[in-house]
Amino acid sequence: MRILIVDDERDIRTLFEQRFRKEIKNNELDLAFAHSGEEALNYLIDKEQHAVLILSDINMPGMSGLDLLAKIKQKFSLPPPIVMMITAYGDQENYTTAMKLGADDFLTKPLDFKQLKEKIKNINHD
Amino acid sequence: MSKYTEQEQKVIYVHNLFWEALANRDVDLRFSFCSEDVTFIGTGLYEKAANKAEYRNINQKGVSQFPEHFQIEFLWTNISMFNKLACVTSEVIWKQSINGKVSAELVRSTTLLNYEADSWKIVHVHGSVPDYRLAEGEYMTTEKIMLRNRELEQQVYERTKELEKSLAELKSTQSQLIQSEKMASLGELTAGIAHEIQNPLNFVNNFSEVNVELIAELKEELESGSMEDIKAIADDIAINEEKILQHGKRADAIVKGMLQHSRTSNGEKELTDINALCDEYLRLSYHGLRAKDKSFNADFKTEFHESLPEINIIPQDIGRVLLNLITNAFYAVNEKAKEEIPSFEPEVLIQTQKLDTGIRITIHDNGNGIPDSIKEKIFQPFFTTKPPGQGTGLGLSLAYDIVKAHEGDLIMKSHAGEGTKFIILLPTSKTR
Ligand SMILES: Nc1ncnc2c1ncn2[C@@H]1O[C@H](COP(=O)(O)OP(=O)(O)O)[C@@H](O)[C@H]1O
Ligand SMILES: [Mg+2]
Repeated sequence: MRILIVDDERDIRTLFEQRFRKEIKNNELDLAFAHSGEEALNYLIDKEQHAVLILSDINMPGMSGLDLLAKIKQKFSLPPPIVMMITAYGDQENYTTAMKLGADDFLTKPLDFKQLKEKIKNINHD
Repeated sequence: MSKYTEQEQKVIYVHNLFWEALANRDVDLRFSFCSEDVTFIGTGLYEKAANKAEYRNINQKGVSQFPEHFQIEFLWTNISMFNKLACVTSEVIWKQSINGKVSAELVRSTTLLNYEADSWKIVHVHGSVPDYRLAEGEYMTTEKIMLRNRELEQQVYERTKELEKSLAELKSTQSQLIQSEKMASLGELTAGIAHEIQNPLNFVNNFSEVNVELIAELKEELESGSMEDIKAIADDIAINEEKILQHGKRADAIVKGMLQHSRTSNGEKELTDINALCDEYLRLSYHGLRAKDKSFNADFKTEFHESLPEINIIPQDIGRVLLNLITNAFYAVNEKAKEEIPSFEPEVLIQTQKLDTGIRITIHDNGNGIPDSIKEKIFQPFFTTKPPGQGTGLGLSLAYDIVKAHEGDLIMKSHAGEGTKFIILLPTSKTR
């Protein structure tokens, strides 16, 4: 299963690769990274590249995570990827907007990886 | 040819001599022109006489009080003749000088002359000093004028005191405003700072957690014994440790920067990495604005000169300059973004360049620019085009003062509709 992680913080890559080292090693997960909304869109537009789950930060310069979410939900309807939004603030406003735009879930930083792993498992079981 | 008849000329001759005698303190001469029954009315409370002796008495006293230099000058004279009676009215300026100070008083007089025994004799004199009417029923007398002058002097003194006080108040208000402007921008920063600290702290926590797991794995591996796996885990632990250190330092630098910003400048210059300072304030203002206004979004870019020399500046002061200029730039692009022009991408760019004599920092934005009509005003304190609560109008004037205090320059270039550039020029200071 491929997960696209979108965050302007570059070290997120090292962190995810370490956190999911076992899953990657066992070929259960395949991680892809984008450092901006634009990069993420380009990745998704490329037909070869598909992702089952997109984890996106909200607070990024340029195209924000919410903009990206709106675009994904408009353009990639069949089959729609699951989009989980991540924010540092975890406030009601962003939560409501993300939900209205069709976000499938909402995570707050600092990420609880145990919880995230559970959520990923649930996706696999569906 | 005189406009007066012969008789009239005689009357005026007597009249003028009579008055000039007063100026010359020649009381005898003066009273040789008076009839025995002469009467007199003046302006003072006791200036009245029913006969020559009384009148002379008043004159004698008056003359003794005259200052050394005393002159009279006829402004105009008018004469009416009634058979054997002549009435002369005139206005005279009495000039006196006391200790070099010249003062003048206007005196009006009516002099009645009677033709007695082949000569014109003065039978009645009325002298008055015109009052200055202030309002209906209110008059200004010499005494009142003096009183009034004293009152005015007092008022001027009090007003000066008041003005001095308001000036002092204004100065303290100004420094309070500068302080609160600083604090307000600190408030704006706080959200940005929270975000900027939260991110590295998340990394510190996350990488530490990973390492705890890895160390547990390492212990397991040590028992089962695959050297390759052990080495791989150890490498990862080292990488993570590096990340923890790096993000710890990042949070540390942000807290230090924040403290520096709120600390009143001690005026100490420090060798400063301008690229790092620009980057720090760019991020802080970006996250600050973002936290304040969820709809705010803009892209920012940096083009830093790679071997920019460190220069001697007061970092918290130049930091404030950057913060003000960057905040203005983000505000401008965000305003333009609200117009929803399809192809518009709001963007702020900071460039640093090395010059022979110093460095140049340029803050570009592709906002709506500054109209020519207000270009002259933007550096004035309190000039703002922003709605109340959004602008103090102090940002640019403070920025200008700070840059000038660094012997640098702050230049604005803007085309309405296209965007704005603010250029900060800072000299490489002479080694101390
Ligand atoms: N980058 C910019 N683009 C357009 N206008 C600007 C820019 N920077 C400053 N201005 C204009 O200059 C004015 C004064 O700026 P400033 O002194 O920072 O005060 P404030 O931001 O509180 O209004 C602003 O209100 C705005 O009209
Ligand atoms: Mg401003």
